[in-house]
Amino acid sequence: MAPKATTALQVDGVCKSYGERRALRGVSFEAARGELLAVVGPNGAGKTTLLGILAGIRDPDQGSVRANGGEIGWVPQQAALYRRLTVEENLRLFARLERAGDPDAAVEGMLAQTGLDERRGDQVSTLSGGNQQRINIAIGLLSEPAVLLLDEPSAGLDPGQRIRLWEFVAGLAEAGTTVIYSTHQIEEASHYGDRLLVLADGEALFDGSFAAMRRAAGARGAVKDPEADFVRFLTKQGH
Amino acid sequence: MKWLLLKDLQILKRSPLLTALLIVYPIVLAVLIGFAVSRGPDKPRIAFVNEIEAEQASEGLDLGEGGFSQEQAFDQLCERVECVDAADRDEAITMVEDGEVLGALILPEDFLDDLTDQIGGVGLDAATVEVYVNEDDPVKARLVDDRITALLTEANLRLSEEISAQLLGYLDILVEGGEFEIPLLGQTIEVLGLERTERGLEAIRGQTSGEQREVLDGVIRFAALAGQNLAFADELLGSVAEPIAVEKTVVSGDVPPLDTFAISVAIAITLMFVTTLLVAGSLALEREENTFARLTRGLVSRAGLLVEKIGLGTICSAAVALVLLGVLELFVSLDWARFPLFAAAIVLAGAAFAAMGSAIGVAAREVRASALAAFALTLPIAFLSLVPSGTVSESLFDWIRVVTGAFPFRPALDALSAGLSSSGDLGLNLFHLAILTLAYFALARVGLRRFA
Ligand SMILES: Nc1ncnc2c1ncn2[C@@H]1O[C@H](COP(=O)(O)OP(=O)(O)OP(=O)(O)O)[C@@H](O)[C@H]1O
Ligand SMILES: [Mg+2]
Repeated sequence: MAPKATTALQVDGVCKSYGERRALRGVSFEAARGELLAVVGPNGAGKTTLLGILAGIRDPDQGSVRANGGEIGWVPQQAALYRRLTVEENLRLFARLERAGDPDAAVEGMLAQTGLDERRGDQVSTLSGGNQQRINIAIGLLSEPAVLLLDEPSAGLDPGQRIRLWEFVAGLAEAGTTVIYSTHQIEEASHYGDRLLVLADGEALFDGSFAAMRRAAGARGAVKDPEADFVRFLTKQGH
Repeated sequence: MKWLLLKDLQILKRSPLLTALLIVYPIVLAVLIGFAVSRGPDKPRIAFVNEIEAEQASEGLDLGEGGFSQEQAFDQLCERVECVDAADRDEAITMVEDGEVLGALILPEDFLDDLTDQIGGVGLDAATVEVYVNEDDPVKARLVDDRITALLTEANLRLSEEISAQLLGYLDILVEGGEFEIPLLGQTIEVLGLERTERGLEAIRGQTSGEQREVLDGVIRFAALAGQNLAFADELLGSVAEPIAVEKTVVSGDVPPLDTFAISVAIAITLMFVTTLLVAGSLALEREENTFARLTRGLVSRAGLLVEKIGLGTICSAAVALVLLGVLELFVSLDWARFPLFAAAIVLAGAAFAAMGSAIGVAAREVRASALAAFALTLPIAFLSLVPSGTVSESLFDWIRVVTGAFPFRPALDALSAGLSSSGDLGLNLFHLAILTLAYFALARVGLRRFA
């Protein structure tokens, strides 16, 4: 299948094993430019492994990943920051390493975006987990990538920050950035995802809209409890 | 690369405990080791050859009360060193060359004769003992010197007291008169003595007159003056020259002066700790902070990251080495004209230790584990590298050379000694360090594939 003109990323039959444990068993999907794709699944489903392969930090045992030009930004699940450096120093270091045209402007932009301007001089180690996560995300955005991979970006954020994050991410998608993020919060995925990729035990069980998944789970009527619908879906699929 | 380097220095600056540990501790350690090394171990092995004929030897040397027997001398020597019997001079020299013993002490055939002559007051030549030392290691070279010098000083002191007493006895006879046994001939003669001469002459003075009396008065005055002045002779005799002299021969080897060696040990130990700990820790930190994956996703290549860490280690180790040299300059004088030479040794040693640190950092998952691994690996190698030849068996020593040659400590030590003074082959050791740097870099690079 040849990639469509609007395809930003194409994934074909990706497999990955850690010794005996098979973390991914032939996952295939496509992501279009400007699409918001949620990878959902329970703990240990293989979400981090999949995003890591898309980011190029590990190689798949089988299968291929093709990007249709542009940078791929990556925000790891665990904050990747220098805890002994200040917020500003971290941002500036990565802005310089990303060869941002104007590192200072990029730093100011991210400080405003994360709302951490008044803590710019504080060492990251003195920040709360949620605030560290904000900087972690900000660094992934510095390169202004064509495809942005976010591994559980909202974990540890307070509701206000969460809304801020998703508004920002939705804005990026509207501007043409392909955003692929993982979460096990089905409500968030239903709210902010155009599309869901359901992963369980390394298998892609479902690829489509939240409404289609509900129908597949046999749920009827108005959405009351998305999580219950999701668990019913998994049970029906034998997970 | 530049930004990463600045970042690492900034992190280092923010970790006062780590910085203190990395800089103060090695300097303290290095200074302590420098001093300890200059003391050396107990009881070096020394081959002993006695060329004196058995018959003559058994008679020993009659020195009245104390006497001077060879047995006693052996006993005294062997209290200080471990004596190894050698059949003859050639065997002893071979033992020294092979590093089996640290030195050889030879009592030549004419030793007792010369000594007897000295004590009899008729000898001109000092009795000579011959010493052969292998000075390929300044610690043990000084050790041998120390032990033999101590023994000979003691022997010389006792002998010169005896000689003085003997000579004073002769003088007493000369002044007071009495029986005198001529040395070596055994004949006894009656000596009048200056005092009795003076008294005898006084007695006959009355029987003379005129010119005869004047002559006689002159002789009497002379006898009185001579008697008085000879009474002061004992003081002068106290300064009798050393009856036993040492003739030292260096068998093989090319020795840096002890100061240089101690400084080299201090710098090598410091570089070893600072650089390996720093680089291993800094690399492990990238993994602990999860930044390794972020960096190597196109921001910097894995090889580039390794080069950055090795550069960091080399810069920091050069800075620490300069501080150390500056401190040591207060105690010993360094030949700053040789700066380019020892600077080259410091930089390449730093690079080799840094490369080894990077390999350790790749193998360890966390900063703490990397520090532990760095200690566990470098300490035994340093100790092994400092084992002097002749203290362990030859085949074991060869194995030690092979093992320590795979690590930067020994070539670093040799390069530093060669850089600080003109002993040893600087170029060869710099080459050795360069090879080790590349080898450890390659090892670390291979290990990094599995790092993420
Ligand atoms: N480095 C590794 N070594 C061995 N097994 C691993 C490794 N990383 C992941 N796994 C295994 O692979 C499977 C998928 O892990 P992964 O981290 O991708 O799951 P996840 O969907 O991200 O889970 P979570 O929601 O908890 O983050 C799990 O069974 C995990 O135990
Ligand atoms: Mg995960």
